[in-house]
Amino acid sequence: MAEKKIVDGRGSFCPGPLMELIVALKSSQIGDELEVLSTDKGSANDIPEWVHKVGHEYISTTEEGGVWHITVRKKK
Amino acid sequence: MKILIVGGGMGGTILANNLARRLTNELKTGKARITMLSASDKHMYQPGLLYLAVGRMTPDELYRDQASLLEPGINFHVDPVEEFQLDNNRVKTKSGKTHEYDVMVIATGSRMFPEGVPGMVENAETFYTEETALKMFKRLQAFEGGKVVVTVGVPHKCPMAPLEIVFMLHDYFKDRGLADKVQLHYTYPIGRVHTLENVAKWAAPEMDRLGIKYETFFNIKEVDGANKILRSEEGVEIKYDLLITIPTHKGMEVVEKNGLGQNGWIPTNRTKLNMEGRSNVFICGDTTNIPISKAGSTAHFEADVLGENIAAMVKMGTPVREYDGKVFCFVEAGKDRATYAMFDYQNPPDPKAPTKAVHWFKMAYNKLYWVSARGLL
Repeated sequence: MAEKKIVDGRGSFCPGPLMELIVALKSSQIGDELEVLSTDKGSANDIPEWVHKVGHEYISTTEEGGVWHITVRKKK
Repeated sequence: MKILIVGGGMGGTILANNLARRLTNELKTGKARITMLSASDKHMYQPGLLYLAVGRMTPDELYRDQASLLEPGINFHVDPVEEFQLDNNRVKTKSGKTHEYDVMVIATGSRMFPEGVPGMVENAETFYTEETALKMFKRLQAFEGGKVVVTVGVPHKCPMAPLEIVFMLHDYFKDRGLADKVQLHYTYPIGRVHTLENVAKWAAPEMDRLGIKYETFFNIKEVDGANKILRSEEGVEIKYDLLITIPTHKGMEVVEKNGLGQNGWIPTNRTKLNMEGRSNVFICGDTTNIPISKAGSTAHFEADVLGENIAAMVKMGTPVREYDGKVFCFVEAGKDRATYAMFDYQNPPDPKAPTKAVHWFKMAYNKLYWVSARGLL
Protein backbone atom coordinates (compact mmCIF):
# COMPACT_ATOMS: atom_id res chain seq x y z
CA MET A 1 0.00 0.00 0.00
CA ALA A 2 1.36 3.43 -0.97
CA GLU A 3 2.57 5.61 1.90
CA LYS A 4 3.32 9.29 2.41
CA LYS A 5 6.76 9.96 3.90
CA ILE A 6 8.39 13.14 5.13
CA VAL A 7 12.03 13.68 4.15
CA ASP A 8 13.30 16.32 6.56
CA GLY A 9 16.20 18.06 4.84
CA ARG A 10 15.92 21.32 6.82
CA GLY A 11 19.30 22.85 7.61
CA SER A 12 21.07 20.46 5.25
CA PHE A 13 23.70 21.96 2.97
CA CYS A 14 25.69 18.76 2.58
CA PRO A 15 24.61 16.24 1.40
CA GLY A 16 21.51 18.40 0.90
CA PRO A 17 17.76 17.82 0.55
CA LEU A 18 17.96 16.34 -2.96
CA MET A 19 20.48 13.74 -1.81
CA GLU A 20 18.22 12.95 1.15
CA LEU A 21 15.35 12.45 -1.29
CA ILE A 22 17.45 10.11 -3.47
CA VAL A 23 18.29 8.01 -0.41
CA ALA A 24 14.66 7.96 0.79
CA LEU A 25 13.39 6.91 -2.66
CA LYS A 26 15.68 3.89 -2.61
CA SER A 27 13.89 2.47 0.41
CA SER A 28 10.39 3.43 -0.79
CA GLN A 29 7.83 1.52 -2.81
CA ILE A 30 6.49 2.49 -6.23
CA GLY A 31 3.50 4.77 -5.66
CA ASP A 32 4.77 6.22 -2.37
CA GLU A 33 4.60 9.99 -1.96
CA LEU A 34 7.56 11.78 -0.45
CA GLU A 35 7.37 15.32 0.89
CA VAL A 36 10.78 16.96 1.16
CA LEU A 37 11.20 19.77 3.70
CA SER A 38 14.00 22.17 2.79
CA THR A 39 15.25 25.52 4.03
CA ASP A 40 17.29 25.90 0.83
CA LYS A 41 15.23 27.61 -1.85
CA GLY A 42 17.49 26.02 -4.50
CA SER A 43 15.70 22.75 -3.72
CA ALA A 44 12.54 24.16 -5.32
CA ASN A 45 14.39 24.05 -8.67
CA ASP A 46 16.81 21.16 -8.14
CA ILE A 47 14.30 18.57 -6.97
CA PRO A 48 11.68 18.95 -9.76
CA GLU A 49 14.52 18.98 -12.34
CA TRP A 50 16.00 15.75 -10.94
CA VAL A 51 12.60 14.08 -10.57
CA HIS A 52 11.78 14.87 -14.22
CA LYS A 53 15.17 13.61 -15.41
CA VAL A 54 14.93 10.30 -13.54
CA GLY A 55 11.28 9.65 -14.39
CA HIS A 56 9.49 10.02 -11.07
CA GLU A 57 6.40 12.26 -10.69
CA TYR A 58 6.66 15.82 -9.43
CA ILE A 59 3.47 16.79 -7.58
CA SER A 60 3.80 20.22 -5.96
CA THR A 61 5.91 22.86 -4.22
CA THR A 62 4.71 25.17 -1.46
CA GLU A 63 6.57 27.58 0.84
CA GLU A 64 5.63 28.20 4.44
CA GLY A 65 7.69 30.28 6.87
CA GLY A 66 10.94 29.81 4.96
CA VAL A 67 10.47 26.06 4.57
CA TRP A 68 9.83 24.62 1.10
CA HIS A 69 7.63 21.54 0.90
CA ILE A 70 8.28 19.63 -2.32
CA THR A 71 6.15 16.56 -2.97
CA VAL A 72 7.01 13.80 -5.43
CA ARG A 73 5.79 10.27 -6.17
CA LYS A 74 8.02 7.28 -6.84
CA LYS A 75 7.17 5.90 -10.30
CA LYS A 76 9.83 3.28 -11.00
CA MET B 1 26.29 7.73 36.93
CA LYS B 2 27.19 4.85 34.63
CA ILE B 3 28.13 6.20 31.16
CA LEU B 4 28.37 3.65 28.37
CA ILE B 5 29.95 4.52 25.01
CA VAL B 6 29.32 1.99 22.24
CA GLY B 7 31.92 2.37 19.48
CA GLY B 8 35.62 3.29 19.54
CA GLY B 9 35.88 5.36 16.37
CA MET B 10 36.50 9.07 16.17
CA GLY B 11 33.26 10.19 17.84
CA GLY B 12 33.33 7.64 20.66
CA THR B 13 37.02 8.18 21.40
CA ILE B 14 36.89 11.98 21.47
CA LEU B 15 33.78 11.84 23.63
CA ALA B 16 35.26 9.34 26.13
CA ASN B 17 38.42 11.43 26.55
CA ASN B 18 36.47 14.67 26.77
CA LEU B 19 34.27 13.19 29.51
CA ALA B 20 37.18 11.65 31.41
CA ARG B 21 38.88 15.04 31.69
CA ARG B 22 35.70 16.85 32.67
CA LEU B 23 34.84 14.20 35.26
CA THR B 24 38.26 13.54 36.81
CA ASN B 25 37.00 13.97 40.36
CA GLU B 26 33.75 12.11 39.79
CA LEU B 27 35.68 9.15 38.33
CA LYS B 28 37.98 9.12 41.38
CA THR B 29 35.14 9.19 43.87
CA GLY B 30 33.01 6.68 41.98
CA LYS B 31 30.24 9.20 41.27
CA ALA B 32 30.76 8.52 37.56
CA ARG B 33 32.03 5.57 35.57
CA ILE B 34 32.89 5.53 31.84
CA THR B 35 32.87 2.27 29.88
CA MET B 36 33.70 1.95 26.18
CA LEU B 37 32.80 -1.14 24.15
CA SER B 38 34.42 -1.49 20.75
CA ALA B 39 34.75 -4.10 18.02
CA SER B 40 38.51 -3.59 17.68
CA ASP B 41 41.63 -2.97 19.76
CA LYS B 42 42.92 -0.77 16.93
CA HIS B 43 41.86 2.75 15.97
CA MET B 44 41.98 3.66 12.29
CA TYR B 45 42.48 7.15 10.85
CA GLN B 46 39.92 6.62 8.10
CA PRO B 47 40.71 9.73 5.98
CA GLY B 48 44.16 8.19 5.44
CA LEU B 49 42.60 5.53 3.19
CA LEU B 50 42.33 8.11 0.40
CA TYR B 51 46.11 8.55 0.48
CA LEU B 52 46.74 4.81 0.80
CA ALA B 53 44.78 4.27 -2.44
CA VAL B 54 47.19 6.50 -4.40
CA GLY B 55 50.40 5.40 -2.67
CA ARG B 56 50.84 8.45 -0.46
CA MET B 57 50.46 6.69 2.91
CA THR B 58 51.25 3.20 4.16
CA PRO B 59 48.90 1.03 6.24
CA ASP B 60 50.90 1.33 9.47
CA GLU B 61 50.37 5.12 9.42
CA LEU B 62 46.61 4.58 9.72
CA TYR B 63 46.56 2.81 13.08
CA ARG B 64 47.18 3.25 16.80
CA ASP B 65 46.30 0.93 19.67
CA GLN B 66 42.91 2.11 20.90
CA ALA B 67 43.90 1.73 24.56
CA SER B 68 46.87 4.08 24.03
CA LEU B 69 44.50 6.88 22.94
CA LEU B 70 42.25 6.72 25.99
CA GLU B 71 42.54 8.70 29.22
CA PRO B 72 43.18 6.70 32.40
CA GLY B 73 39.92 5.89 34.14
CA ILE B 74 38.05 4.80 31.00
CA ASN B 75 37.09 1.13 31.15
CA PHE B 76 37.81 -0.13 27.66
CA HIS B 77 36.68 -3.54 26.41
CA VAL B 78 37.04 -5.12 22.98
CA ASP B 79 33.63 -6.72 23.09
CA PRO B 80 31.10 -5.40 20.59
CA VAL B 81 27.45 -4.98 21.52
CA GLU B 82 25.05 -7.47 19.99
CA GLU B 83 21.80 -6.61 21.78
CA PHE B 84 20.49 -3.22 22.81
CA GLN B 85 17.88 -3.60 25.59
CA LEU B 86 16.83 0.04 25.79
CA ASP B 87 13.80 -0.48 28.01
CA ASN B 88 16.06 -2.04 30.65
CA ASN B 89 19.00 0.37 30.17
CA ARG B 90 21.45 -2.38 29.33
CA VAL B 91 23.31 -4.02 26.45
CA LYS B 92 24.53 -7.54 25.86
CA THR B 93 27.90 -8.10 24.19
CA LYS B 94 29.40 -10.72 21.90
CA SER B 95 31.11 -12.42 24.86
CA GLY B 96 27.77 -12.70 26.62
CA LYS B 97 28.40 -9.98 29.22
CA THR B 98 25.74 -7.48 30.22
CA HIS B 99 26.53 -3.79 30.77
CA GLU B 100 24.02 -1.51 32.47
CA TYR B 101 23.98 2.25 31.97
CA ASP B 102 22.36 5.44 33.12
CA VAL B 103 23.42 7.24 29.94
CA MET B 104 24.46 5.54 26.69
CA VAL B 105 26.03 7.00 23.55
CA ILE B 106 25.88 4.95 20.36
CA ALA B 107 28.73 5.82 17.99
CA THR B 108 29.08 2.70 15.89
CA GLY B 109 29.71 4.48 12.56
CA SER B 110 28.88 3.34 9.05
CA ARG B 111 30.09 0.83 6.47
CA MET B 112 30.26 0.75 2.71
CA PHE B 113 27.55 -1.28 1.02
CA PRO B 114 28.58 -1.87 -2.61
CA GLU B 115 26.53 -5.10 -2.51
CA GLY B 116 23.45 -2.93 -3.09
CA VAL B 117 24.39 -2.43 -6.76
CA PRO B 118 24.48 -5.50 -9.02
CA GLY B 119 28.00 -6.12 -10.31
CA MET B 120 29.69 -3.45 -8.19
CA VAL B 121 31.63 -5.67 -5.76
CA GLU B 122 33.04 -7.87 -8.53
CA ASN B 123 33.99 -5.11 -10.96
CA ALA B 124 34.82 -1.87 -9.14
CA GLU B 125 37.70 -0.70 -7.01
CA THR B 126 37.19 1.41 -3.92
CA PHE B 127 39.16 2.62 -0.91
CA TYR B 128 36.91 2.55 2.16
CA THR B 129 38.82 -0.25 3.90
CA GLU B 130 42.54 -0.99 4.17
CA GLU B 131 42.12 -4.10 2.04
CA THR B 132 40.21 -2.37 -0.78
CA ALA B 133 42.48 0.70 -0.77
CA LEU B 134 45.57 -1.48 -1.15
CA LYS B 135 43.91 -3.50 -3.90
CA MET B 136 42.95 -0.28 -5.68
CA PHE B 137 46.52 1.03 -5.51
CA LYS B 138 47.85 -2.19 -7.01
CA ARG B 139 45.30 -1.89 -9.86
CA LEU B 140 46.42 1.69 -10.44
CA GLN B 141 50.06 0.65 -10.55
CA ALA B 142 49.30 -1.96 -13.19
CA PHE B 143 47.09 0.38 -15.25
CA GLU B 144 48.83 1.66 -18.38
CA GLY B 145 46.04 3.63 -20.05
CA GLY B 146 42.34 3.78 -20.90
CA LYS B 147 39.14 5.18 -19.47
CA VAL B 148 38.93 5.47 -15.68
CA VAL B 149 35.42 6.09 -14.39
CA VAL B 150 34.83 7.41 -10.85
CA THR B 151 31.20 6.85 -9.90
CA VAL B 152 29.35 7.96 -6.78
CA GLY B 153 26.62 6.24 -4.74
CA VAL B 154 24.50 7.81 -1.98
CA PRO B 155 24.60 8.12 0.92
CA HIS B 156 28.36 7.90 1.37
CA LYS B 157 30.89 8.67 4.04
CA CYS B 158 32.97 11.82 3.43
CA PRO B 159 31.12 13.98 0.90
CA MET B 160 34.39 15.42 -0.41
CA ALA B 161 35.92 12.02 -1.25
CA PRO B 162 34.51 11.86 -4.82
CA LEU B 163 36.20 15.11 -5.84
CA GLU B 164 39.37 14.39 -3.89
CA ILE B 165 39.95 11.00 -5.48
CA VAL B 166 39.33 12.23 -9.03
CA PHE B 167 41.76 15.15 -8.64
CA MET B 168 44.34 12.94 -6.92
CA LEU B 169 44.02 10.35 -9.68
CA HIS B 170 44.65 13.07 -12.25
CA ASP B 171 47.93 13.97 -10.57
CA TYR B 172 48.83 10.31 -9.99
CA PHE B 173 48.60 9.46 -13.69
CA LYS B 174 50.27 12.72 -14.69
CA ASP B 175 53.25 11.91 -12.45
CA ARG B 176 53.51 8.50 -14.10
CA GLY B 177 53.62 10.15 -17.52
CA LEU B 178 50.24 8.69 -18.49
CA ALA B 179 48.24 11.93 -18.73
CA ASP B 180 47.77 11.47 -22.49
CA LYS B 181 46.81 7.82 -22.18
CA VAL B 182 44.27 8.04 -19.35
CA GLN B 183 40.81 9.59 -19.71
CA LEU B 184 39.20 10.38 -16.38
CA HIS B 185 35.41 10.38 -16.25
CA TYR B 186 33.38 11.39 -13.19
CA THR B 187 29.70 10.78 -12.47
CA TYR B 188 27.51 12.43 -9.82
CA PRO B 189 23.88 11.80 -8.81
CA ILE B 190 22.53 15.36 -9.04
CA GLY B 191 22.67 18.13 -11.64
CA ARG B 192 26.14 19.47 -10.76
CA VAL B 193 29.51 17.94 -9.84
CA HIS B 194 29.09 18.33 -6.08
CA THR B 195 26.14 18.67 -3.75
CA LEU B 196 27.52 21.95 -2.32
CA GLU B 197 26.80 24.56 -4.96
CA ASN B 198 29.83 26.68 -4.11
CA VAL B 199 32.10 23.64 -4.20
CA ALA B 200 30.62 22.61 -7.57
CA LYS B 201 31.27 26.14 -8.88
CA TRP B 202 35.04 25.76 -8.56
CA ALA B 203 35.24 22.00 -9.15
CA ALA B 204 33.53 21.97 -12.57
CA PRO B 205 35.85 24.53 -14.22
CA GLU B 206 38.79 22.78 -12.57
CA MET B 207 37.69 19.50 -14.18
CA ASP B 208 37.31 21.30 -17.54
CA ARG B 209 40.82 22.71 -17.17
CA LEU B 210 42.30 19.30 -16.37
CA GLY B 211 40.38 17.48 -19.11
CA ILE B 212 38.24 15.44 -16.69
CA LYS B 213 34.87 14.57 -18.26
CA TYR B 214 31.77 14.48 -16.10
CA GLU B 215 28.24 13.15 -16.29
CA THR B 216 25.75 14.65 -13.84
CA PHE B 217 22.29 13.25 -13.00
CA PHE B 218 23.89 9.81 -12.88
CA ASN B 219 22.48 7.41 -10.26
CA ILE B 220 24.16 4.03 -10.43
CA LYS B 221 21.88 1.17 -11.46
CA GLU B 222 24.23 -1.71 -12.29
CA VAL B 223 27.66 -2.70 -13.51
CA ASP B 224 27.94 -4.98 -16.53
CA GLY B 225 31.38 -6.44 -15.89
CA ALA B 226 31.41 -8.68 -18.97
CA ASN B 227 31.07 -5.69 -21.29
CA LYS B 228 32.69 -3.14 -18.95
CA ILE B 229 29.64 -0.88 -18.95
CA LEU B 230 28.24 1.20 -16.08
CA ARG B 231 24.50 1.91 -16.30
CA SER B 232 22.45 4.60 -14.55
CA GLU B 233 18.85 4.85 -13.39
CA GLU B 234 18.53 7.71 -15.89
CA GLY B 235 19.28 5.34 -18.79
CA VAL B 236 22.85 6.43 -19.50
CA GLU B 237 25.61 3.91 -20.27
CA ILE B 238 29.32 4.60 -19.77
CA LYS B 239 32.10 2.29 -20.95
CA TYR B 240 35.07 1.91 -18.65
CA ASP B 241 38.45 0.24 -18.52
CA LEU B 242 38.88 0.81 -14.79
CA LEU B 243 35.92 1.50 -12.52
CA ILE B 244 36.35 3.22 -9.14
CA THR B 245 33.38 3.74 -6.86
CA ILE B 246 32.47 5.84 -3.88
CA PRO B 247 30.04 3.19 -2.64
CA THR B 248 26.69 3.62 -1.02
CA HIS B 249 26.91 3.36 2.77
CA LYS B 250 24.73 1.95 5.53
CA GLY B 251 24.87 2.15 9.29
CA MET B 252 26.18 -0.87 11.18
CA GLU B 253 24.37 -4.18 11.00
CA VAL B 254 23.84 -4.34 14.78
CA VAL B 255 21.72 -1.17 14.57
CA GLU B 256 19.49 -2.68 11.89
CA LYS B 257 19.27 -6.07 13.64
CA ASN B 258 18.11 -4.40 16.85
CA GLY B 259 15.49 -2.37 14.97
CA LEU B 260 16.99 0.95 16.06
CA GLY B 261 16.87 2.58 12.63
CA GLN B 262 16.24 1.91 8.96
CA ASN B 263 19.45 1.14 7.04
CA GLY B 264 21.38 1.44 10.30
CA TRP B 265 20.75 5.18 10.80
CA ILE B 266 19.18 5.96 14.18
CA PRO B 267 16.50 8.70 14.35
CA THR B 268 18.22 11.50 16.28
CA ASN B 269 17.22 14.94 17.53
CA ARG B 270 19.29 17.35 15.45
CA THR B 271 20.23 19.73 18.28
CA LYS B 272 20.03 17.63 21.46
CA LEU B 273 21.50 14.52 19.76
CA ASN B 274 19.33 12.16 21.80
CA MET B 275 17.74 9.18 20.12
CA GLU B 276 14.15 10.11 19.28
CA GLY B 277 11.92 8.96 22.14
CA ARG B 278 14.82 8.27 24.55
CA SER B 279 16.19 10.87 26.96
CA ASN B 280 19.21 8.85 28.13
CA VAL B 281 20.42 7.50 24.78
CA PHE B 282 22.51 9.77 22.57
CA ILE B 283 23.83 9.21 19.06
CA CYS B 284 27.15 10.49 17.69
CA GLY B 285 28.72 10.61 14.23
CA ASP B 286 27.71 8.63 11.15
CA THR B 287 25.13 6.62 13.13
CA THR B 288 22.61 9.50 13.28
CA ASN B 289 19.94 10.04 10.63
CA ILE B 290 20.55 13.81 10.75
CA PRO B 291 20.74 15.15 7.16
CA ILE B 292 24.32 16.41 7.40
CA SER B 293 27.70 15.13 6.23
CA LYS B 294 28.86 11.72 7.38
CA ALA B 295 32.34 12.95 8.20
CA GLY B 296 34.90 12.77 10.98
CA SER B 297 34.49 16.45 11.77
CA THR B 298 30.75 15.99 12.28
CA ALA B 299 31.46 13.24 14.81
CA HIS B 300 34.11 15.44 16.43
CA PHE B 301 31.85 18.48 16.89
CA GLU B 302 28.96 16.33 18.08
CA ALA B 303 31.28 14.60 20.58
CA ASP B 304 32.34 18.00 21.94
CA VAL B 305 28.70 18.90 22.58
CA LEU B 306 27.87 15.53 24.10
CA GLY B 307 30.95 15.68 26.34
CA GLU B 308 29.90 19.03 27.75
CA ASN B 309 26.27 17.95 28.11
CA ILE B 310 26.80 14.55 29.73
CA ALA B 311 29.36 16.01 32.15
CA ALA B 312 26.80 18.69 33.03
CA MET B 313 24.16 15.99 33.54
CA VAL B 314 26.47 14.33 36.06
CA LYS B 315 27.27 17.60 37.84
CA MET B 316 24.00 19.54 37.54
CA GLY B 317 21.41 17.06 36.30
CA THR B 318 20.83 18.82 32.97
CA PRO B 319 22.55 19.34 29.59
CA VAL B 320 23.79 22.83 28.73
CA ARG B 321 24.45 23.06 24.98
CA GLU B 322 22.87 22.34 21.62
CA TYR B 323 24.60 21.08 18.48
CA ASP B 324 24.43 23.72 15.72
CA GLY B 325 25.16 21.42 12.78
CA LYS B 326 28.82 22.45 12.49
CA VAL B 327 30.91 20.56 9.91
CA PHE B 328 34.42 21.28 8.62
CA CYS B 329 35.83 19.39 5.64
CA PHE B 330 39.19 19.68 3.93
CA VAL B 331 39.02 19.19 0.16
CA GLU B 332 42.18 17.91 -1.54
CA ALA B 333 42.26 19.36 -5.08
CA GLY B 334 45.20 17.25 -6.28
CA LYS B 335 48.52 16.15 -4.82
CA ASP B 336 49.60 19.58 -3.56
CA ARG B 337 46.59 21.94 -3.32
CA ALA B 338 43.51 21.94 -1.11
CA THR B 339 40.64 24.04 0.16
CA TYR B 340 38.03 23.57 2.88
CA ALA B 341 34.30 23.89 3.51
CA MET B 342 32.85 24.95 6.86
CA PHE B 343 29.13 25.23 7.52
CA ASP B 344 26.33 24.63 10.00
CA TYR B 345 22.53 24.41 9.98
CA GLN B 346 22.20 28.16 9.35
CA ASN B 347 25.24 29.10 7.29
CA PRO B 348 26.19 27.55 3.94
CA PRO B 349 29.85 26.92 3.08
CA ASP B 350 31.86 29.34 0.98
CA PRO B 351 35.02 27.50 -0.09
CA LYS B 352 37.92 29.51 -1.51
CA ALA B 353 40.23 28.61 -4.38
CA PRO B 354 42.60 25.74 -3.45
CA THR B 355 46.06 26.66 -2.15
CA LYS B 356 49.25 24.84 -1.23
CA ALA B 357 49.00 26.24 2.30
CA VAL B 358 45.71 24.47 3.00
CA HIS B 359 47.10 21.24 1.53
CA TRP B 360 50.07 21.37 3.89
CA PHE B 361 47.73 22.10 6.79
CA LYS B 362 45.81 18.97 5.84
CA MET B 363 49.09 17.02 5.73
CA ALA B 364 49.83 18.29 9.23
CA TYR B 365 46.32 17.35 10.39
CA ASN B 366 46.92 13.79 9.16
CA LYS B 367 49.47 13.60 12.01
CA LEU B 368 47.65 15.89 14.44
CA TYR B 369 44.61 13.61 14.25
CA TRP B 370 46.05 11.50 17.05
CA VAL B 371 46.03 14.55 19.29
CA SER B 372 42.48 15.25 18.19
CA ALA B 373 41.37 11.69 19.03
CA ARG B 374 42.76 12.18 22.52
CA GLY B 375 40.37 15.12 22.79
CA LEU B 376 43.14 17.71 23.01
CA LEU B 377 42.65 19.53 19.68
